[in-house]
This record gives sequence, C-alpha cells and structure tokens, in this order.
Amino acid sequence: MSETKIAVITGNELRTGDVIWWTGEGWSRHVDEAAAVDHDADGIIARENAKQVVTDTHVIDAFRGEDGTVRPAHIKDRIRALGPTVRLDLSLKPADPAAGNWVI
Amino acid sequence: MYQYDQHDQAMVDARVAEFRGQVARRLSGELTEDQFKPLRLKNGLYLQLHAYMLRVAVPYGTLNSQQMRTLGDIADKYDRGYGHFTTRQNIQFNWIKLSDTPEILEELAKVQLHAIQTSGNCIRNTTADHFAGAAADEVADPRPYAELLRQWSTFHPEFDYLPRKFKVAIIASETDRAAMRLHDIGIQIVKNEAGEIGCKFFAGGGMGRTPMIAPCIAEFVPALQMISFLEAALRVYNRHGRRDNKYKARIKILVHEIGVAEYRRQVEEEFAHILTLGLEPPPAELERIKAMFGDPGLEAGLSDDLDLTDPDFALWVDQNVDAHKQPGYAIVTVSLKPVGGIPGDASADQIRLLADLARDHSLDELRVTHAQNIVLPHVKKADLYGLWQTLEAAGLATPNLDLITDIIACPGLDYCALANARSIPLAQKITDRFADIGRQRDLGELKVKISGCINACGHHHAGHIGVLGVDRKGVENYQLSFGGAESADTSLGTITGPGFTEDGVVDAIEKATELYLARREEGERFLDTYRRIGMAPFKEAIYG
Amino acid sequence: MVELVLRYRDDEPVGDPAVTVDAFAAQANATAVRIEPGDDALALLPHLDRLALIEVNFPSFGDGRGYSAARSLRERGYAGELRAVGDVLVDQLSHMRRCGFDSFAPDKPISAEAAQAAFATWPEVYQKTVDGRAPIWAARHGVTQD
Repeated sequence: MSETKIAVITGNELRTGDVIWWTGEGWSRHVDEAAAVDHDADGIIARENAKQVVTDTHVIDAFRGEDGTVRPAHIKDRIRALGPTVRLDLSLKPADPAAGNWVI
Repeated sequence: MYQYDQHDQAMVDARVAEFRGQVARRLSGELTEDQFKPLRLKNGLYLQLHAYMLRVAVPYGTLNSQQMRTLGDIADKYDRGYGHFTTRQNIQFNWIKLSDTPEILEELAKVQLHAIQTSGNCIRNTTADHFAGAAADEVADPRPYAELLRQWSTFHPEFDYLPRKFKVAIIASETDRAAMRLHDIGIQIVKNEAGEIGCKFFAGGGMGRTPMIAPCIAEFVPALQMISFLEAALRVYNRHGRRDNKYKARIKILVHEIGVAEYRRQVEEEFAHILTLGLEPPPAELERIKAMFGDPGLEAGLSDDLDLTDPDFALWVDQNVDAHKQPGYAIVTVSLKPVGGIPGDASADQIRLLADLARDHSLDELRVTHAQNIVLPHVKKADLYGLWQTLEAAGLATPNLDLITDIIACPGLDYCALANARSIPLAQKITDRFADIGRQRDLGELKVKISGCINACGHHHAGHIGVLGVDRKGVENYQLSFGGAESADTSLGTITGPGFTEDGVVDAIEKATELYLARREEGERFLDTYRRIGMAPFKEAIYG
Repeated sequence: MVELVLRYRDDEPVGDPAVTVDAFAAQANATAVRIEPGDDALALLPHLDRLALIEVNFPSFGDGRGYSAARSLRERGYAGELRAVGDVLVDQLSHMRRCGFDSFAPDKPISAEAAQAAFATWPEVYQKTVDGRAPIWAARHGVTQD
C-alpha cells in the first residue's frame, strides 16, 4: 500500500487536555480526520491559538494511506493518537486488542 | 501525624484562590501559555501526552485514611478511576481537565492535601523514610523536621524561580530507605557525642543525564539551625546555579563545577550571616510539631505470636512484613506490583480499601514509598491474617517486596511527553517472565528500575538492574545497566553494552539472573555477586 | 489606572537614571544603579550610603536571581528604593515585595488595583524575611518581631 507523506497540525484542547487534530475546518479527536497542511500551517496555528481553545499546537509529519487513514511518523504521536497502550480500555479503540500494534 | 491549624489552612485556601484566578486569566487569554505554564506547574499541573496530569503532594509520604479516601474519590469523580503513586511518594492523576483543577484543589484543601510546588523550578515535596515513626533504627522520627521544612519551603519568596527543580529527602537512620544521597539536598538526622540532635547535610546528588551521589557539606548542624542552613544553601544555588542550559542547571552541576569545598565555603559564609537575622522558628515550633508525631496509640503488652500454618500467608509475612519497634505490631508493605500489572497504579476501589484498612488496622495511617508501594505502618500481629485475606481478595497481596517483580517504573511513553520509550509494557513482560514466586524468592533481593528517558524518574541509575529506554531512529530501544544501589552503599549502575529490543532486554535480564545463580556465594544478593565478579562475566552471558 | 512605575515609598523618587554597575563604579556622584542577574549585588555594599535607588533587572521572569539580590541588600541595611524592572508579572509582585522590593517598573504595565490585589494574595506567611511581616510561627508562639 503506498503512502503519502503529509504534514498535519496537532495540539491539545485547552480546557480538557484532549489530543486534537486539525481537520481543515475544525478540530477532531480522531487522527484519520487530520488534514494535510502546507505553508498555511503557521497562519492556522496563530489564528486558532488566539481563540483560546487549543494549546501546544504544532506541525508533525504523518503518512496518509491509500485507505485514507493517517499514521503519524513518530511513535510518540501515534501513542497520542491512540491512548496509552497499556490501558486500551481508556484509549480511542477500547474494543480492539490489537490496537497497540499500530503504535509500534 | 501533622494536623493543620487555621494558619496552614489559610495558606492552602489562599493558594486555591490564587490558582482559580490564574486559570480564569488563562482561559480568557489574559495570560499566554508561556506565562501560565510556570504558574500551573507550581500547582502540579502538567500537560502530558493524553491530557493534563495533576501531581498531588503527599508530604513526606504520610497520609491518613480520610485523605486516602479523598484521593480515591477524586480518581472517580475527576479522573478515570485510578491513580499512580510515584517515586517521590506523591500521587498522580493522568486524565485531569484544566477547567476542573480549581475544584479539585478545593476538595483536596478540605482534607489538608494540596498540589503546591510539586512541579516547577522551586523546592518540591520533601520525602522521608517510609518507615518513620515505626522503625527501630531511627535516631528520631524525621517527619517533624520534614514538616518544618515543608512549611519553610512553601511559597518561599526568594526561591520561587530557582535555576531548576529542587528535591530534598530526610532520613534519621544509618540505613537510607529514601535514596537520600540521590537528592539535591539530603539530610540525615544524627546525634552527636553529647547526645544532641542535629543534621548531617549532603548536597548535589541526583540522577538524570549526569547522575551523582551527594557529598557531605556539613557533618553536624544543630537541629535548631536547620532552616538557617537551608536558607544559605538555597541562596548560593539560586545565585550561582547555571541558567544557560536546562540540562546543567541542577545543584549537582554547581557543586561539581566549583567543587564541594568551594560550595561549602560559600554556604558557611552565608550561613554565618543568616544566623544573625533570627530567621529560625523557635524551639517551641519544632516541639509543637513533634507532639503530633508521638505515640499514635500503640497498645502495650500485645502478643508477638503469629500463626504461620497457612503457607501463602507465611510467605507474604516473610516477604512483605517488617518488624515494628513495638512488640505485638508489624509494618506491612502493600505491593502495587501485581504480575502483569502497572507498577504503582491503584484503582479508586483499591485506594478506598486501603483507606479503610488504615483506619481499622493501622491507627489511621498510611505511607507511600519511593518504590511506589503503600505501607500500613502500625498493624497488630493479631490482625495480620485477616488483613492479608482482605488484601488478597483485592489483588493487593503480591508477596514481592524487593524481589525482581517489585519493579520501579516511570509512566514512560504511554503517558509522558518527555519519554523516548515505553516502560510499563517492559515491566509487565519482566514480571510475566519471573512470575513464579519460588523462582523470585530464590533470586532474592533484586531491585529493577526502569526509566523511559534520561530524566530518570524511574531511578534506573540506582537499580541493581537498571533499564533506560531510548529512541533509536524512531524505534524503542533499551539500555541495560547493573550495580546501582540507593542505600547507605549508594552506587550508580554501569551500562552492559549495546541496547536491546523490548523482548531482547527481558532475555538479557534472564541470562543475567542465571549467571548470578551459577556464580553466587553464600548470602550474596545479585548486587553483591555483581560487585564481586564484575561486569565481564555478565557481558559474556548476555551478548555471548 | 495603569502606572509605568508602581511605587510604595513616601520619599521623593530619584531623578537620575540608573547606571550600570560598571559605570557606577566610575561615577562618584551617581545615586542610582541597575544590577543585572549575573551581577554580585553585595559588591554595592561599600556604596549603600550614597545609593538612593537600586534597580534589579529581570530580563526574564523565570530568572530568579534578583530575588536573592534584593533580599541580601535589605538584610545588610540598604534602606533606599529597591525597584524590580523588566519582565515582571502581577503573579510575582507579592514574593518580590517580601524580598524587599518597594517599587516596580514592569515592561507590561500593571494597574495599581491589580498590584494591590496581588499583595493581598497571602493572608499569612510561613517565612520571616525582610518585609517585616510576622511569620506564622511567630503568631503561634507569641514571638514578637525584632
């Protein structure tokens, strides 16, 4: 399966600390909804930070698969996208016992 | 134990009000994140991988049952049903919302708990021997001194923006149960030849990138000059600690760079000046605090007999129960390290159960150890069997104190934004490999410590077997070390060689234990055999 | 009303600008000096009697050396104006006052009302320092300040 390298914006929701991904229109908790960004990234980050609803916003590398799913390039961001691998019941994929393998 | 008076309560209440205002200013945008971050850190609130994490202070590791119960309730009400006990005797909640934090701090304040200065470049929670007040070998209970230090360090106006974090540990025995020599300042309460109580001061210990064992900077400071000496030691650090490089900003670097003699000279000069200012609390204040740490209600004349016919109970007693200075009593260590479990984690139900057991069987007292376990310090021997059965039913009776499965592990890359590798899955694999209790007891005392990054929150430098997680081109990798120790014979571990995968390091540890079993002499622990025969045979066994 | 300098003294402010420590050493008639975080405040001890104003610069609020400089100067008898300048936020005012600062010139001006609220953050204090406030241990044991 061929992947495309993209840049996406991630951060945390200011009030709750939830991990979030910029979708192009708003913020989602699901990494597969992350939109590819380019030179527009800095502008989006500045504008969204000013709304005081997100924090620690930054650009990371990721890969979009042919099936449209997004896989962050670094293991740390994959763990952020999923949740703690040792408590999958608290992750975004509590019903998938193999979810931890996606992180590695 | 210590009870707040109206003054202490006013201080935590004022802090809650201050932070409430700061949160509001952040949410409105009046404070930027750069301005707010140091302020929230001083209230123990981190932004971690998945959410905010709140670190609640457990002053010198001592809690009463009401406080413990409140921690369980907070885990349910504001978190996801569990808490994590840390290597500095604190508790962490991993799923906190910023917007809930003022309420949480208010609920904590009602039971004399707080999250003050549990992060940030300030003086942190002072830790102490977790057997304080129960151990036979202590010169005095160190906790009154720790409480005096807690109050002096709380909202200290001069030391709120130190070059870096500052951690103090206090012990009162020759046996160091608090890793005192691995702190920024370590204090050993001692008696001089005249029988007077004083403080032996050590400064410049620590782990992290550049682990160091703290050298002695004062052999004997009278107890009633402890605060003045601390003022001097902190002031020299505040003035001269490096601020150009975050990784060289701890006091251990300063002591190393200027030399212990020069640091000592500067501190003594400042100490002489501070003594003229009358900053020391009066003797009556220490006496007032000591009075709260007197006899907790121990009964005299109780039987020391114990029925050990149940072999599982006998095993648990042998491993997890220590002698109390009072006949008829015992010190119980509750292991939070079940096989395959997450080291140091406890569910809200388990936390509340421990609160109830403390109320009913430990004179209302618990301790948190820096090895991430819980101590019930004053249990009647007559109550031990029933207590054990209750713990068993709740998954809290793993008989592995100081054995290979009693692993210290930081939260690692599963939770922590600073980590390079996960540490918890590795701990789980090690405990699964060595699950057999007979095998564990045959191996004997074997302290395994795992850190997910160089910051060493898992204290890996002080592990008989230490593991450091690293990032090797985006893939988790693990460095293995042997020979660290945190007690009176403090030493730092030596790396074995090239790193391993997660499964590889479990195999390497197993090979090391097999070599130990083959080569040990009478009475030797793993650490002793390693110190005697050296790294070479181990290296050969592991790398072939 | 937002002030450029928040001042809590009764005497007249010094008119001269504060000079650097090096310049001060060369000027016999200078009455105001500014110290940087890396300067040794105690080097000013021989000159305290001719100093009416010592400014302590905080280029970054996270650099806390100025707190030690201020408190050390007050401990050794400096009674002139002690001013915190630079990256000073309202959240630092209370501790700065306790370390002996009696005037503030923050880069981002702070209103007098916000400053007063900041000074009132702590109803009591645990430590005895140079601000004259009785610490909690004094209240507990009826010890009067000397």
